[in-house]
Amino acid sequence: MSAYKIIDHEYDVLVVGAGGSGLRAAVGLSESGLKTACISKVFPTRSHTAAAQGGISAALGNAGEDDWRWHMYDTVKGSDWLGDQDSIEYLCKEAPQAVIELEHYGVPFSRTKDGKIYQRAFGGMTKNYGNEPVQRTCAAADRTGHAILHTLYGQALKHKTEFFIEYFALDLLMKNGECKGVLAWNLNDGTIHRFRSHITILATGGYGKIYYSATAAHTCTGDGNGMVLRAGFPLQDMEFVQFHPTGLYGIGCLISEAVRGEGGFLVNSKGERFMEKYAPKAKDLASRDVVSRSMSIEINEGRGIGENKDHIHLHIDHIDPKIIENRLPGISESVETFVHRDVTKEPIPVVPTVHYNMGGIPTNYKAEVITSNGTDKTVPGLMAIGEAACVSVHGANRLGSNSLIDLVVFGKAAAKRATELVKPNSPHEEISKSETEKSLDRFDKLRNGNGSNKTSELRLSMQKTMQEKCAVFRTEKTLKEGVDEIKKPFEGMKSILVKDRSLIFNTDLMETLEFDNLIRQAITTMESAFHRKESRGAHAREDFPKRDDENFMKHTLSWHNGDKVKINYRKVNLSTLSNDVQTFPPKERVY
Amino acid sequence: MVQFNLPKNSKILKGNYFKNKTESSNIKIVHIYRWNPEKNENPREDTFEVDLNKCGNKVLDILNKIKNDLDSSLTFRKSCAHGVCGSCAMNVDGVNTLSCMKSHKDIKGELRIFPLPHLKVIKDLVVDLSILYKQYESIEPWLKTSKSKFQKNEINQSKESREKLDGLYECIMCACCSTSCPSYWWNGESYLGPAVLLQAYRWISDSRDEDKKERLKMVADKLKLYRCHTIMNCTSSCPKGLNPAKAIGSIKKMLATS
Repeated sequence: MSAYKIIDHEYDVLVVGAGGSGLRAAVGLSESGLKTACISKVFPTRSHTAAAQGGISAALGNAGEDDWRWHMYDTVKGSDWLGDQDSIEYLCKEAPQAVIELEHYGVPFSRTKDGKIYQRAFGGMTKNYGNEPVQRTCAAADRTGHAILHTLYGQALKHKTEFFIEYFALDLLMKNGECKGVLAWNLNDGTIHRFRSHITILATGGYGKIYYSATAAHTCTGDGNGMVLRAGFPLQDMEFVQFHPTGLYGIGCLISEAVRGEGGFLVNSKGERFMEKYAPKAKDLASRDVVSRSMSIEINEGRGIGENKDHIHLHIDHIDPKIIENRLPGISESVETFVHRDVTKEPIPVVPTVHYNMGGIPTNYKAEVITSNGTDKTVPGLMAIGEAACVSVHGANRLGSNSLIDLVVFGKAAAKRATELVKPNSPHEEISKSETEKSLDRFDKLRNGNGSNKTSELRLSMQKTMQEKCAVFRTEKTLKEGVDEIKKPFEGMKSILVKDRSLIFNTDLMETLEFDNLIRQAITTMESAFHRKESRGAHAREDFPKRDDENFMKHTLSWHNGDKVKINYRKVNLSTLSNDVQTFPPKERVY
Repeated sequence: MVQFNLPKNSKILKGNYFKNKTESSNIKIVHIYRWNPEKNENPREDTFEVDLNKCGNKVLDILNKIKNDLDSSLTFRKSCAHGVCGSCAMNVDGVNTLSCMKSHKDIKGELRIFPLPHLKVIKDLVVDLSILYKQYESIEPWLKTSKSKFQKNEINQSKESREKLDGLYECIMCACCSTSCPSYWWNGESYLGPAVLLQAYRWISDSRDEDKKERLKMVADKLKLYRCHTIMNCTSSCPKGLNPAKAIGSIKKMLATS
């Protein structure tokens, strides 16, 4: 593939992705004096962190007493005991300082009467180990992600991070099991770039777009996960896909949990507040998997709303319009724009919608990527953070507002660890030519794809299969069918058709490369779900309705080599990091 | 009156016509600007017959439908599809807007889609925003405070002070406003333009910031700021309903009274 001219770069650390976690890492790295590059396929403020609405959790205690240990308990329980407790301890303990830091960076948080950061109630966040709800979610109205993302980009500018914007990462460059950098394609001028770095941090986000209907952006294609699979490493807990209870019906746009946090509630076609039945204590503020399942049951049993009885109503029309204007302005705007309703007068039509991937690249709490051949082993030179990573702090189900805090705590942790590992300006090793050639060969083949299958058709077939066979409720039958069906769009790639052969801003090719990443994740998601014969968190098996700690209290690892999937497991870490808190042993999860 | 001709290669030619192949009679005629930098050809205007029976309500839905079904080489930026990322800004029916928020049902007759005006086109509807990004960087969009981030507590800010940021911090940098401003068209490299000035004002207005005077001084320039002639196109084109013109007015007022 020598036809492609390659432009070389050398950096101490390379961050791939410029959302919340990537930017937080880049800020920390630039501050520490490491020569840092951050490459992103979109301009940083276009990253999907911008879409996060409700807030960022941290036990600040601005609205009554709070304790990071309570936050930890809630997160462990929310994860249905699949989360690693050392990482969860780290997350919750570091959270308050991470939020204070964001505030000092300039995030325009909403304020309490006495000028502190405003905190609101969110699903599964409680006081005193599962008692009454607590206000722990720090908010900038209902635009918290946007506010954080823009602020972090400003900080990165302040610290003179070098950005490579609209560069699409193609593959990891490996040498003897160590990551030595990344090959990337500059969309703006069509050139190919080889970045050599001592550490590569993948902050490439989730892969919501394997589904047909998702709150995820078009760009949420899990490119880092795809790169990791191609490099021969496993992804972890891919079967755990969060359905957000309140996606806007027919549109897929997110309607923040903050709506229920501020007093909103769900009703079925009979006008019943059905969450009282499923979660007597927490009601509408039970955790997301519980609420999504309850809504699905209501719809399946014929109590859905509308002509097709296929959605649920979310009410906030009882709340003072002034409060709505102040705390939920973005929601009002979205509902007005997309379904032409006034939220102060009418209910919002909602339906559970794919929202977040708990699974991803396995890492430890220092953000180092882990692989396993029976025992855990870190992959030198490779880190992962944010939604791309599976630390795992979210386990089988993430609590609302725990993702934004995950981004900044582990973004910061990655920068800290990289600073310990890398001596600034140390020399780089050669990367074998064949490693670059391999990646360019894939790129070139897809670019010149002259077959009969359009990328859009293969993608649609994948999305429909995921939507039908791997939804809120799953069975052996649907998953078995899914495992067979999902292979077809992958095979279809052998005869792919790409019309645009150019190199400058070729989005036809980019969508094809994204599809190549997506389909591998769809396959591993389906297979992982098929093999987990229990119900835990977001993975609800109708044929195995109970959690089975004896056989399945373990992380799924899935490899995708060629067209084969290999499944294996690794232990959940129940031990805490310090003596500041004791392990929370598994028990029944009731809200 | 002086007459001048545009260079030959800037003329937009009539392009390809993509006929609808379905049975549907619910058809929208959509004209789209096309230009491929790798071909030595003039820009052209392609026309697509789009079946609206299986299409969402927004202009972005039409673009996706064209890309998926009719011509996969059509090039445009898109991401969140919900009006928060600012990727899909373009000129729709003569007005700059986000294609994901603009309903095509509001547009009677044929639909015309062009790139944001007066910027270098990279390909089709994708424009080069690098100057605007540099200008954004130039206003130093970060909080300047002497308080250490290692402090235990947040910097106090009253509800009232925080409210002063409403209508400013929500900007998504889509550039609809700046590229609708005739003054920015003429002096885009020296005039900061409404998007960037709105952000300048966002930091000037933050009660936590300790550098207000310097920030004001930084923009007090006949080109950077005073090229605003209150044409107000910015405010009328903002898809998020923000008011950059008012922010610019406020900066001018602050300078006049300080």
